[in-house]
Amino acid sequence: MTAHPEDPARSLPPAAAGADAQAPLETPLQRFVQGYRSSTTAMAALAVLALLLLLALLCPWISPQNPYDLSVLDVLDSRLPPGERSGDGKMIFWLGSDEQGRDMLSAILYGLRTSLAVGVSSTLLALALGLGLGLTAAYAGGRAQVLIMRLADIQLSFPPILIALILLALTGPGLGKIVIALVAVQWAYYARTARSTALVELGKEYIEAARGLRLSAARIVFRHLLPNCVPPLTIICAMQVAAAISLEATLSFLGLGLPPTEPSLGLLIANGSQYLMSGKYWISVFPGVALLVLIVCINLVADHLRDVLNPRLQTH
Amino acid sequence: MLRFVIGRVWQSLVVLFLMSLLVFVGVYAIGNPVDIFISPQTTQAERAAAIAELGLDQPLWTQYFRFLGQALTGDLGRSFAYATPAVTLILERLPATLELAVSALVLSVVVGVPLGVWAALHRDRWIGKSIMGLSILGFSLPTFWVGLMLIMLFSVGLGWLPSSGRGETVPVFGVPLSILTVDGLRHLLLPACNLALFNTALVIRLTRSGAQEALLQDYVKFARAKGLRRPRIIGVHVMKNILIPVLTVIALQFGALIAFAIVTETIYAWPGMGKLIIDSIRVLDRPVVVAYLMLTVTIFVLINLAVDLLYSVLDPRVRLADLKG
Repeated sequence: MTAHPEDPARSLPPAAAGADAQAPLETPLQRFVQGYRSSTTAMAALAVLALLLLLALLCPWISPQNPYDLSVLDVLDSRLPPGERSGDGKMIFWLGSDEQGRDMLSAILYGLRTSLAVGVSSTLLALALGLGLGLTAAYAGGRAQVLIMRLADIQLSFPPILIALILLALTGPGLGKIVIALVAVQWAYYARTARSTALVELGKEYIEAARGLRLSAARIVFRHLLPNCVPPLTIICAMQVAAAISLEATLSFLGLGLPPTEPSLGLLIANGSQYLMSGKYWISVFPGVALLVLIVCINLVADHLRDVLNPRLQTH
Repeated sequence: MLRFVIGRVWQSLVVLFLMSLLVFVGVYAIGNPVDIFISPQTTQAERAAAIAELGLDQPLWTQYFRFLGQALTGDLGRSFAYATPAVTLILERLPATLELAVSALVLSVVVGVPLGVWAALHRDRWIGKSIMGLSILGFSLPTFWVGLMLIMLFSVGLGWLPSSGRGETVPVFGVPLSILTVDGLRHLLLPACNLALFNTALVIRLTRSGAQEALLQDYVKFARAKGLRRPRIIGVHVMKNILIPVLTVIALQFGALIAFAIVTETIYAWPGMGKLIIDSIRVLDRPVVVAYLMLTVTIFVLINLAVDLLYSVLDPRVRLADLKG
């Protein structure tokens, strides 16, 4: 961890390239690309993930109908099995329709978008919060460090679902509230890693040099320390996106997450689960498959990312 | 040592106090229970009497101190929906949750340890790789979705197992248990498998990495050189050395199982305290939500305290590092 060959290259750019976090990532990025070419599973997962992201981004233009425009829905089309034609013969429900006559394929594409948006935004917010607190703890030391790290310890001693349940039971469901709950669940992971990385980096010569130049604390932290603490956090980020999406789906399934106006994949599964017993599997199963493919792909990509970025795990 | 113990106990108390404050104040944001539990047709006088009876007319801090004082004596209010003390309601459901969690724990060890050892022995063959692939899947699959799929396959599709409830129970020392009747066992099987899934994946990984390390040790080579058979080397020598860390993690996971039982119980309508909390949140049954959260947090704080103290006894570095930090 302390002295791998890339270190001189990684610690040089900040002064030259400024606060841009891209520059220190360059070497691992090259390794990352090379590492990916060698693994077919990871390549396939990355391709599927890219496709899903594209579908989620483009869903207003490519989905067969706008599933939340009530004027296009027809109750007569409700609960049609996959492949059935709608009553007016205009469209085919490739993945069936739900209890309101909504095309499942369209609902899944929109749900995918909501799930991804919630997962990614909560992860980025948690990263910002955790990184900020972790760096503060490492740089300030003393009481701030004890307080922040003790808080993180306490929080990590509870399972994520319990923390989220406590917050949502207290605040009620809603998009903003679930993002807050997911941020509260995740920040401690980032704070811990950011602090331990920052403590290692703070002992290095370039920080000493920056201090010797009498640079301001803000400049040292943001332009010198921060860029070098980001790479290890990217791996946690990748894994946490999957965890966040899964947790959000679980909470929405329990009725504690998103409101029915912005259904994520979890809520779609919950809506369909009551029809499961009567054999109308498609309302629940297809959103589930979409959720599953999404989470497994992110995990595979993240798993490989870890292997590629961690020199200790490189066996070949 | 004493300083460490006092520090840890103090910290636990602070966590509990903050939690009680957070839970109590936060619950006010859920909604106005007056509108939900008192019919709109009642007269103003009846309404006021009901509010006074429920203690909802007092200022927030008075309600909090009353709540705290009563909580310390084990009284966390009466459920609005069931009209029985909230703690009693939860304790009535506790055996069902514990039965489910313990079954899942046992299942994950019984299935996970052999699979983990097997994966370690055949790490480069397809069987080892597919076991590890399965464990990644176990981590990735959301519990609730697997639960639904199990219902679809075994209850709806094949019709082998029931999908909801506890089935027939037998009282053991006054506590009803499902596991002792055939009908109860049939009801328990699907939820227990569902809850065990994540833990099994964890046990497989822990056992595999432990066994891989142990297999390279000198004592294994020595045992082999002595001419011992492989089942004995693995079953006795390797097992003895990997079971301690595996069991430690598993014991720590028990709290997580109780938390995750919320999901499984909701899917299978298992009448435990997890289902109770979800139902109570839905109908805004405030005392039950408060009692559940306080009780669960207390259980977790106690588990964590016990583990911390135990570790500091076993490993002096823990308490020394803590005093320095």
